[in-house]
Amino acid sequence: MKAKICAAPYLLWSAVFIICPLGVVVYFALTDKAGNFTLNNLISIGEYSTVFMRSILLAAVATAICLVLAYPISYMLSRMRKSRQHMMQMLVLLPMWMNFLLRTYAWMTLLETNGLINKFLGFFGLGPFQMINTPGAVVLGMVYNYLPFMILPLYTVMIKIDGSLIEAAQDLGCSMTQILRKVLLPLSVPGISTGITMVFVPSVSTFIISRMLGGGNNLLIGDLIELQFLGNSYNYNLGSAMSLVLMILVLVCMGITNTFSNEEELEGSI
Amino acid sequence: MDNTAIVSLKDIVVDFDGENVLNGFSLDIHDKEFVTLLGPSGCGKTTTLRVIGGFLQPGSGNVFFDGKDITNLPPYKRHVNTVFQKYALFPHLNVFENVAFGLRLNKAVGENGKKHKLPEAEVRQQVLEMLELVGLKGFGRRNIATLSGGQQQRVAIARALVNHPRILLLDEPLGALDLKLRKEMQIELKRIQQSMNITFIYVTHDQEEALTMSDTVVVMNKGLIQQIGSPEDIYNEPQNRFVADFIGESNILSGMMHKDFSVEFAGQTFTCVDKGFERQELVDVVVRPEDIVVVPAIQGMLTGVVKSVVFKGVHFEMLVEQAGYEWKIHSTQAQQPGEVIGMNIGPDEIHIMRKMEE
Repeated sequence: MKAKICAAPYLLWSAVFIICPLGVVVYFALTDKAGNFTLNNLISIGEYSTVFMRSILLAAVATAICLVLAYPISYMLSRMRKSRQHMMQMLVLLPMWMNFLLRTYAWMTLLETNGLINKFLGFFGLGPFQMINTPGAVVLGMVYNYLPFMILPLYTVMIKIDGSLIEAAQDLGCSMTQILRKVLLPLSVPGISTGITMVFVPSVSTFIISRMLGGGNNLLIGDLIELQFLGNSYNYNLGSAMSLVLMILVLVCMGITNTFSNEEELEGSI
Repeated sequence: MDNTAIVSLKDIVVDFDGENVLNGFSLDIHDKEFVTLLGPSGCGKTTTLRVIGGFLQPGSGNVFFDGKDITNLPPYKRHVNTVFQKYALFPHLNVFENVAFGLRLNKAVGENGKKHKLPEAEVRQQVLEMLELVGLKGFGRRNIATLSGGQQQRVAIARALVNHPRILLLDEPLGALDLKLRKEMQIELKRIQQSMNITFIYVTHDQEEALTMSDTVVVMNKGLIQQIGSPEDIYNEPQNRFVADFIGESNILSGMMHKDFSVEFAGQTFTCVDKGFERQELVDVVVRPEDIVVVPAIQGMLTGVVKSVVFKGVHFEMLVEQAGYEWKIHSTQAQQPGEVIGMNIGPDEIHIMRKMEE
């Protein structure tokens, strides 16, 4: 009973600031400017399908790169001595202490056509290369900003994997790749699915990274939504509909990763 | 028992952070033997096992298997399997899949000389056979987490043995089990070793466990072998003070050899069965508590005052003070504390050992 009373403020909070706004978004998405019910907003989203596809593609690529980079890093982290682990953990989190905008601006300066990297390459007679305002720059920004969100959940599962399990696998005849496939990957699935969610969701809905590093040619859903609310288009009915579709997309993606990880976990109990 | 060495360790040196764990350690292990490495924690016994398993590269020295140098061979290429201290069963696999793990990796060589995967039917048959051998018939589909400590132990043994290793390494496998279960598993392990007819190398700090199961016991301390021998030898003829103290309970006194078959200790001269010492050589004398015969004070070679009596189940343990030394005596008859008693020791019950160089 007491616990319920303690939870009351949070329930109130989530009702006022989460459920209600969500209701408002749904309302706007399904009405026109005059307030009449319409599906036109949702239907007109079809015109922006390339932007949606691009968002999903770039976010997926960034998530995949994060996973590939973070997996070995997390594994090495988890096998280090405890004292060193704390230091390395801090190094992983260090970039996050700086402002998100600032970090992204820094990449702009680096990647610009007259930027630091091109200047450096110029000494060797190379370039200049077009780096900024490309899809690659957007993916780079996503990977750079969200990599810690992949490392931390992976690291958390991996420190729970006992070193003797890896020795047992070696003992039974596993080469290093077989250990990865047969022991490490199955045991780290919960971390993988959490990491994917934590990188994919902010990547797919970002608008700052794409605007700053992608230029005008690499608009993502986030940019579109922003335009509807703050930009010239100013059509919050359409913006709401886009948000709604994006939310559904994210929920579907999370659902897929979750069922995948649940299946893996169940395998042992059959 | 075969006389050829299946594993030879030659001058193995292992250092951890500048600390010498194994110091020029050499050992031959014969085929089909049950060998126990026995010693207090930190004596290097687990390190020795890890060197044989390939999990640890010695700083110097060589490991030979069947006469071939395998010092640099990774664990997965050795014909050795290990039962780990904490079992290390795969939590994401059920009992059957845990046991099948090694077999599924194994590539059998077919008639055409090509390697192929072991057929599923064969994997199944071998796993079921092994589960039956360790007494876990019908447990195949169980989740690891639902098993008791003893059952997990058996899965770990089956998982290692199903690969038909030449040697099974066991690292204090019974440490986490309760006393009764431990005794059952000791007999069980011995039975499995005999029915599989392979070499077991067993690490423990429990001297009783070592004596119960082994063909050969290797007593270790501070990275060095103190004594190698059959359980009877180790118990009856300890080579030095450390072994005598570590194996069973004993009274260890300083004494002096007068001549062959005559030793002085506790203020008396005794006849013994040992010879080959220098005249007047200082020695350590071991008398087991159960070898002292309690007699009326008048008839005793030594007389002492009973300080305490404790009932131990099979026998009473008495502490008896005699000329400043406190004797431990095991006897089926209790004396009263404060009573003066006589103690007799037969020549066969006196073991003379050279003093350890410290």
